[in-house]
Amino acid sequence: MPAFPAAAREAVHDDTLRANLRHATHTIRDKRARAVTELADWDRLREAGRAVKDHTIRHLDHYLLRLEEAVTAAGGTVHWAADAAEANRIVTGLVLATGEREVVKVKSMATQEIGLNEALEAAGIAAYETDLAELIVQLGDDRPSHILVPAIHRNRGEIRDIFRTRMGDWGRPAPEDLDDTPAALAEAARLHLREKFLRAKVAVSGANFMVAETGTMVVLESEGNGRMCLTLPETLISVVGIEKVIPTFRDLEIFLQTLPRSSTAERMNPYTTMWTGLGPSKGADGDGPSAFHLVLLDNGRTDTLADEVGRQALRCIRCSACLNVCPVYERAGGHAYGSVYPGPIGAILSPQLRGTASEIDATLPYASTLCGACYEVCPVAIDIPEVLVHLRERVVQGGPVTREGLRVRIRPAAGHTAERAAMRAARLLLDHPGALRRAERVLARTRRFRPHRLPGAAGRAWTETRDLPPVPAESFRDWWTRERGGTR
Amino acid sequence: MSSKDRILARIRRAVPAGAVPPGAGPDAYADIPRDYLTVHGTRTAEERVDLLAANLAEYRAIVHRTDAEGLPQLLAHLLARRGAASVLVPPALPGAWLAATEATRVHDRADATAATPAALDRVDSVVTGCALAIAETGTIVLDGGPDQGRRRITLIPDHHICVIHVPGQVVDSIPQALPLLDPARPLTWISGPSATSDIELDRVEGVHGPRTLEVVLLTTGDAAQ
Ligand code: SF4
Repeated sequence: MPAFPAAAREAVHDDTLRANLRHATHTIRDKRARAVTELADWDRLREAGRAVKDHTIRHLDHYLLRLEEAVTAAGGTVHWAADAAEANRIVTGLVLATGEREVVKVKSMATQEIGLNEALEAAGIAAYETDLAELIVQLGDDRPSHILVPAIHRNRGEIRDIFRTRMGDWGRPAPEDLDDTPAALAEAARLHLREKFLRAKVAVSGANFMVAETGTMVVLESEGNGRMCLTLPETLISVVGIEKVIPTFRDLEIFLQTLPRSSTAERMNPYTTMWTGLGPSKGADGDGPSAFHLVLLDNGRTDTLADEVGRQALRCIRCSACLNVCPVYERAGGHAYGSVYPGPIGAILSPQLRGTASEIDATLPYASTLCGACYEVCPVAIDIPEVLVHLRERVVQGGPVTREGLRVRIRPAAGHTAERAAMRAARLLLDHPGALRRAERVLARTRRFRPHRLPGAAGRAWTETRDLPPVPAESFRDWWTRERGGTR
Repeated sequence: MSSKDRILARIRRAVPAGAVPPGAGPDAYADIPRDYLTVHGTRTAEERVDLLAANLAEYRAIVHRTDAEGLPQLLAHLLARRGAASVLVPPALPGAWLAATEATRVHDRADATAATPAALDRVDSVVTGCALAIAETGTIVLDGGPDQGRRRITLIPDHHICVIHVPGQVVDSIPQALPLLDPARPLTWISGPSATSDIELDRVEGVHGPRTLEVVLLTTGDAAQ
């Protein structure tokens, strides 16, 4: 995996990719702003969401045990997986035990994180992604580039070509005369996948929330592929990060308001499915699966929890709002982050889940301008810039961290890798005036939050010999445009 | 040591406060600020129903209004307009609702025609009631009650007609809806028909769920939930 600056440099020279990304992120960020303005209590919902998540992760042992108890009482089986390999082993074993050799999948970041599809393939099990964007990615032998719209980097022409050439290899081929209108492409996906849904015996999903009090699992989606997978197969296996638990059913009133508006900018996503174990009749009435397995995944989350500054990343509800406002993401694209979690959240989550030993993970904390836009839009108020600076300090200075539950001391990054990475990331923006202009504008709007000295070792080293310039109320470009009224 | 014990031990080392029960101490569950609104705006019952209708329509559901007398005719008309030859019927859908339609009734659970997903795929339409509806978000909630049937019957047919008693089954907001729902039941929240925005963020209605959602607001005058 190349380090972020190298991967990003390649990406910014891909004109199609940049055009696709710019169109998509701008559309969605404008819509989101409108959806949020509709709720006069947005700031209070955001604060409540932050507080619920913080409370839960401080008492994570308690809530996980409660959840296990509730799921078990409702007829489900709970498994605990310390790392990716263990989770893959558990899921593979459960699928093989059903005697089936194919599974349908609901889009899930957790299963991507652990490389489940590859593990299943190695065991002779075909895993079919059923989210339209995931299908595009899977058929195109590609990687997802966005949390919410994984094929955001593909335009309609590219999608038509992928469907035409590849669908036949996986099942029902695309119609001969398939054109590139979104309606025709969606129809082709519907027909291709329906035959899989109707015969599927095993499904694998993630979950957006798990309610400790009741054992209820919650999946939000739009297309209905989630409902298909969660309803029709006989066996349902859900792989969920331990940070997705919330205390009570009532707490959903916060997140069901903030998540859809932050992610797809809708008042509500078209479909939300909630299920509690096997239901009141324990799956005997043919409404939903007759076997339910929940795999609780650690895979670096408890190590993240051990870091007092970094643990706030565990609040993330994967809405992707931070990606859509990030000037670096917009130009570099999701693939440059070299992880299933791209954008600002990926820049703080991946190096914590995986450690900062690899070059890509050591450079991720620099994949940002610290403009603060990600913090502003985050519905659970994760201070991403704060964690970025904290992680930079860790990379540059080394120090104690927790890896696989053990306190270890990491050495400072070799040479000047980190500073070089920072400069390259900065150049990325400086070479591209549009992004810089937007970054400056956000910076101006958030200037009252800026410290006078940068925190962290890297920051201190910088401000020791330099004064951090005050951020002007208006960027120079904006001032120029206003004063010189379009005479540029 | 089992992975469960290992994970729990790591958590307890990472957050020593975790040893304190969540009901006590500085970060008690009860201390979570909940000064957000339980409803956004004040509405009369009529305005609430109008808002529900507007929000449903914005997400491309087709909204109709009628009363008990007009319902059988309306349902018969909607099914005929679709050319529906067969209609799925939940176990306790009021018999009078489908009194006027010619379409063949397929009874959920009772009929072999509804036994497998592939068989359900050959049914044209489905008519159900609902548990409640949320005006502010344009959402219908199904809980598998006797007038709604199993989850799969509102999923596989391409045409779903959902009847909502108004104003009785309509609440303003999500915070008002949750206390009325039983999490032990299978809950399906529906806001408009199936849709995707995965292709250049252009919204397309209808991928895997029903491509047409018709909502009938049935005036009963009964305000009780
Ligand atoms: S960090 Fe915040 S804004 Fe970004 S995906 Fe997570 S919840 Fe959304």
